Amino acid sequence: MTIEQARFSVEVRNDPAGTVMSLTGELNGIAGDAFEAAAARALGAARSELTLDFSATTYVNSTGMALIVGLLGRARAARITVTGRGLDDHKQELFEITRLSDFMNIEVAGTAGDLPNHEPGGCAHA
Amino acid sequence: MSVEKQRHRELDLTDPFVAYLLAVDGPVDLSTIDIETPLVTTMRSAGVQLAVPIVAHGEVVGVLSVGPRRDGHAYDRDDRRLLSRLTDQAAPALRLAQLIRGQEAQVRERERITQELRVARLIQQQFLPAGVPDVPGWRIGAYYRPAREVGGDFYDFLDLADGRVAIVIGDVTDKGVPAALVMATTRGLLREIAHQVNEPAEVLSRVNERLVHDIPPNMFVTCQFAAFEPATGLLTIANAGHNVPYVNNGHGVCDVRATGMPLGLIAGSQYDQHQITITAGTCMLFHSDGLAEARNPEGRLFGFPRVRDLVGRHHQGDLLIDGLLADLAGFAADPVSLEDDVTLVTLEREVVDPAPADLRPTVLEDFSVASASGNERDARLRVAAAIEPLHLPDATVERLKTAVAEAVMNAMEHGNGFDPDVPVDIRVLASADAVSVEVYDQGGDGALTEADIPDLGAKLAGTQSPRGWGLFLIQNMVDDLFVETVGSRRLVRLEVRR
Repeated sequence: MTIEQARFSVEVRNDPAGTVMSLTGELNGIAGDAFEAAAARALGAARSELTLDFSATTYVNSTGMALIVGLLGRARAARITVTGRGLDDHKQELFEITRLSDFMNIEVAGTAGDLPNHEPGGCAHA
Repeated sequence: MSVEKQRHRELDLTDPFVAYLLAVDGPVDLSTIDIETPLVTTMRSAGVQLAVPIVAHGEVVGVLSVGPRRDGHAYDRDDRRLLSRLTDQAAPALRLAQLIRGQEAQVRERERITQELRVARLIQQQFLPAGVPDVPGWRIGAYYRPAREVGGDFYDFLDLADGRVAIVIGDVTDKGVPAALVMATTRGLLREIAHQVNEPAEVLSRVNERLVHDIPPNMFVTCQFAAFEPATGLLTIANAGHNVPYVNNGHGVCDVRATGMPLGLIAGSQYDQHQITITAGTCMLFHSDGLAEARNPEGRLFGFPRVRDLVGRHHQGDLLIDGLLADLAGFAADPVSLEDDVTLVTLEREVVDPAPADLRPTVLEDFSVASASGNERDARLRVAAAIEPLHLPDATVERLKTAVAEAVMNAMEHGNGFDPDVPVDIRVLASADAVSVEVYDQGGDGALTEADIPDLGAKLAGTQSPRGWGLFLIQNMVDDLFVETVGSRRLVRLEVRR
């Protein structure tokens, strides 16, 4: 399923390893409706693992951060582990500054698996 | 017996009568000799009858002049023998007195010379610049060392009325006080006339006309007058018989030749002008002949080829001066006792970064966006394009883009209330050490709320809005954040260091 909005699109799919939300374009306020709709579907489909794929995300601003925070909050309530994938250096820095990386696993480019949370008792087990 | 003593009359030892006295070796009756010399004439006019030589160590050290006997008789053999004995006994004492007087005269002469040197040095030091000009983008160096007998070297720096900076270097013939006085006069004339006309050739021509009537005979002044434009590096030079300067432009050494007679020599002299552009990294040496004409103990000259070679080895003025002096010290056993002053002036144009070196920031971009959601994207991209030539690190660019987007969104929403008719104005500026982005909205003096560290736990728990990251992100993306009121507008300035 693909929901498109200006300069942003999101695809939700179920892989053998779990549910994946692939975010393409600019994750900002304009992307809000599309993101929220996709997040609801993804969280509904996910059993225990949800991966946010940022490989094709060109820009994340503070409103985009707020969208991710909202998704993370709902995932925590549903005991779903969230993993971020395909973050470039700048987005990784943003996730570290905002401490989002403390509450989701971050896959570093070139590594096959995910990394443990920085904070003991982080999002994976909350 | 009448004996007249002529005190304090110096005996002219070159008078032929002195040789006659030495040959006779005894009293001589002036009335019996047929000799006319200045000394004899003087003695006769003073009424002297007998001249008795006073001889010590085979030299006539004095003459005892004796008038006629009072009784009118002639001097007999006993009188002459008595007078000879008298002079024989007086000779050693007179010789000693003469030696002492000679030594005293030498001491007085040495003191006079020392005093003259002191005065000459004082005059020179008085008129040499206390420092070198501070010209942004340029480095000027100067070195002066007086010779043992102070010479007439001088140098000067002048700010010309047309914005150029002039370098003057000169050398007065002769030494000591006379040279120092001519140097002071020449320097004063150069300063006075350089305030009336700016072109180097015209300055030298007018100074020559003034100097040629007043300078003492057999004296003249070699002089070079160079004026450069700090902004362009264009240097114009005129030369009145001084050593040609050398220029090291990084690819080799060249002379800068302009011809003209020394100042004060010939009325109506005209002077050529030569122009070169001093490019970044180029170093130029002005020098007096005290360096090239220094001699080592074997009498060999330091030489102009050696100076030129050393200029080619150094690209920086201070290193060039150090190198020249070190080489001179190795060449001449005692550089302190050099026969002539050594004056060196270097002009070096600094190599600057391609980025603006001026501390005043340069405006790279100035634009506006309407207060409509999504326009922060355009602002972010235009800022990125504006700073691209600065080749900032990727991480710095990304952080600044994020901060700009957040600041513009904040301006559109909180400053302008998303009114599409009210623009957000953005200026991108770069200075030597920082890049700043100014974001103006109509928020007036409404201060930005202080950015708290967002409570992510509360946001995740749903007890706090997931939003509220903007200011926090801005503060963490830039090195400095300034908020101020400019008229009716609010200015948010984001700054990153380069």
